[in-house]
Amino acid sequence: MEGHKGGLRPPNQVIKGGFAPLTPRGADTTLSVQDLWVEYRTRRGTVKAVRGVSLDLCRGEALALIGESGSGKTTLGLSLIRLIPRSARIRAGRVIYRRDGQEYDVLSLGSEDLRQFRWKECAMVFQSALNALNPVLKVWDQVYDTASAHRQAYAHRTRQRALDLLRLVQLDPERVLRSYPHELSGGMRQRVLLAMSLLLDPQVLILDEPTTALDVLTQRAIIDVLRRLRKELEFSLILISHDLSLAAELADRVATMYAGAIVEIGDVYETFYRPRHPYTLGLLRAVPTVTGQMRDLASIPGCPPDLVNMPSGCKFHPRCPYADSRCQEEELELAQVGRGHAAACFHWQQVQYELEAREGA
Amino acid sequence: MTGKLMELDHVSRTFPVGNLRVRAVNNVSLAIERGEILCLVGESGCGKTTTGRIVAGLLKPTAGRILFEGRDIWAMDDKGFKGYRKAVQIVHQDPYASLNPVHSIYKILSAPLFRHGLAVTQQEAQIKIRELLQIVDLTPPEEFLDKYPHQLSGGQRQRISVARALTVNPRFIVADEAVSMVDVSIRVSLLNMLSRLKDQLGVTFLFITHDLALAKYFAWEGRIAVMYLGCIVEVAATPRLINDPSHPYSRALLSALPEADPELTRTKKRVVLRSLDVPSLLDLPSGCTFHPRCPQFREGLCERQAPELAQIGDNRYVACHLVAPGMAS
Ligand SMILES: Nc1ncnc2c1ncn2[C@@H]1O[C@H](COP(=O)(O)OP(=O)(O)OP(=O)(O)O)[C@@H](O)[C@H]1O
Ligand SMILES: Nc1ncnc2c1ncn2[C@@H]1O[C@H](COP(=O)(O)OP(=O)(O)OP(=O)(O)O)[C@@H](O)[C@H]1O
Ligand code: SF4
Ligand code: SF4
Ligand SMILES: [Mg+2]
Ligand SMILES: [Mg+2]
Repeated sequence: MEGHKGGLRPPNQVIKGGFAPLTPRGADTTLSVQDLWVEYRTRRGTVKAVRGVSLDLCRGEALALIGESGSGKTTLGLSLIRLIPRSARIRAGRVIYRRDGQEYDVLSLGSEDLRQFRWKECAMVFQSALNALNPVLKVWDQVYDTASAHRQAYAHRTRQRALDLLRLVQLDPERVLRSYPHELSGGMRQRVLLAMSLLLDPQVLILDEPTTALDVLTQRAIIDVLRRLRKELEFSLILISHDLSLAAELADRVATMYAGAIVEIGDVYETFYRPRHPYTLGLLRAVPTVTGQMRDLASIPGCPPDLVNMPSGCKFHPRCPYADSRCQEEELELAQVGRGHAAACFHWQQVQYELEAREGA
Repeated sequence: MTGKLMELDHVSRTFPVGNLRVRAVNNVSLAIERGEILCLVGESGCGKTTTGRIVAGLLKPTAGRILFEGRDIWAMDDKGFKGYRKAVQIVHQDPYASLNPVHSIYKILSAPLFRHGLAVTQQEAQIKIRELLQIVDLTPPEEFLDKYPHQLSGGQRQRISVARALTVNPRFIVADEAVSMVDVSIRVSLLNMLSRLKDQLGVTFLFITHDLALAKYFAWEGRIAVMYLGCIVEVAATPRLINDPSHPYSRALLSALPEADPELTRTKKRVVLRSLDVPSLLDLPSGCTFHPRCPQFREGLCERQAPELAQIGDNRYVACHLVAPGMAS
């Protein structure tokens, strides 16, 4: 693969400054999001879809974004590559991308640089992308289009790379390249999209609900393929899914989103076994597992807030069993609750205490 | 009272597609006891919804019979069949599509009451509807009567769909992916509400889902039937099926399922299939239709003969040559 010579131009100014406190020590970050605010303007009012999100994506790591429908996961993902719809506006914040010792301010890239940035540096496979392939073009023509749009018109080399990637995602490359999308099953199309997203060797891959519409056996194939891709190629992964099991399978770290904000972030084992935010705990208690004992399950009462008219204080307080009057008045930022583990809750220690008491019992 | 309430007797259903016919449901026999929960699980397109619609009397089988309390529903007179359609209600996956957006909740729930003569005056309807809203946990009822579907959350809308099904006092409910569209955070409370209908109103359930973990939770005391390409390949009591599946396809499904527990899901033993491709219903494989993918495929047997669903234990049925040998058709 050619270097990124035809890619991003060196920045005219190198950005310095403090970063979010949660970088695992020693790891270098590829993407840094700092206090990002994104909103949609609608007839009903302003939808505050992303509220003050800060996070660091380390080189080679897989970070899962979980949370209920409407919590802002997709909006956050789209903002990172600035593909938000017209009605949306990034109101504040910075997205810093790092490569080869250089820093780029993604939110101020010009249109040509931005085009290079997408796909070549940071690729995204969209939610319900199964219909994203052009129905009248054979897969090969689409691969070729993607490549040539980014000055990679070396047909031979592109083809070779496409063949390798298709093989990596367990498809018969010759057959797939000659097919029209409708001739492929949903799982095959999803794997084609995965392969295409990696065609230009991006450093960051964002997958939005990559297995949601797929059957169990197909989901398994996609998960195994992703695992293999991560082993063979070096990229960082942002995995957006409301499906906790996908995060449990593939993530190194997990960030829980609620009402546009990250309310908890930590190592995947920490998050699943030692959640500290009542919302993460609530999500975990709500999903059954098929293996193992019958667990006591419980739903989270109520429903997610309206992002136009949000509750005061902690946005989770109307549904939270730990809420008190303080929670109704004040909203906390993320604070450290363990090693590489942060939560935004006044009563995280009570959550800890109860979990430990339960385990001890 | 126990005993068979609903029986599917060698039921098949085909649909014309161009000059061909798809076999959506293929020779399915099942019996559902009074007060039981039977879960139908399987992958997309295997025929679950078609089976559910046949059970609800919305679709006529192209072969076989549906027996309700021993009576063939398609041999009933008009009155009998109308009664059947009332006794068996279906709750669909998509609460957005199944509720009329321009009608208030009161209107949505009162219409079937008046239509079936279960209420005559508005006052009677009001009383009945309040009761129904209580049953589905939409309280206080006054808060919901004048609302429209778009003013409710997905979970609340699904509760309204259930309340509507309950207006006619059904004895049997077909729940077709009834909680699949709502957020995970509130699924369990919907399932608990449905369980209560079974316990308190004695409703029998055909619960259709593609999610085995949901099936486990909802039907722990019932049974699970696994469907593949239109056929039932295994039926067993839920704990047995989940902890010790017999059919190679059931095993593959259970082992493939990702779990919301990192340690568990990363160390789970996996069944590796011979092929990832799902065959087309228009061109089904010969013999056992799972044979091109089955890791236990036995050449010379599996691709030649279709295994029949055979009893291998107490209340346990499997369609596989290796698990239930000598039961070929
Ligand atoms: N184009 C849009 N115009 C107005 N509001 C929008 C638009 N897209 C999303 N929203 C709103 O922004 C909020 C966040 O939506 P987003 O799609 O980011 O959530 P999500 O977590 O990805 O949800 P899901 O799990 O359903 O995909 C929601 O309240 C949603 O209704
Ligand atoms: N009216 C119809 N005309 C033609 N084909 C049909 C019709 N209804 C269903 N089918 C076909 O029958 C097969 C079984 O469909 P069915 O909807 O019963 O599957 P399902 O198990 O409910 O799938 P899903 O999990 O996706 O809901 C599919 O191949 C479907 O395309
Ligand atoms: S801050 Fe209060 S309301 Fe918010 S999650 Fe913590 S305990 Fe609950
Ligand atoms: S009959 Fe043969 S192919 Fe079919 S499930 Fe059994 S072992 Fe596999
Ligand atoms: Mg989304
Ligand atoms: Mg269906």
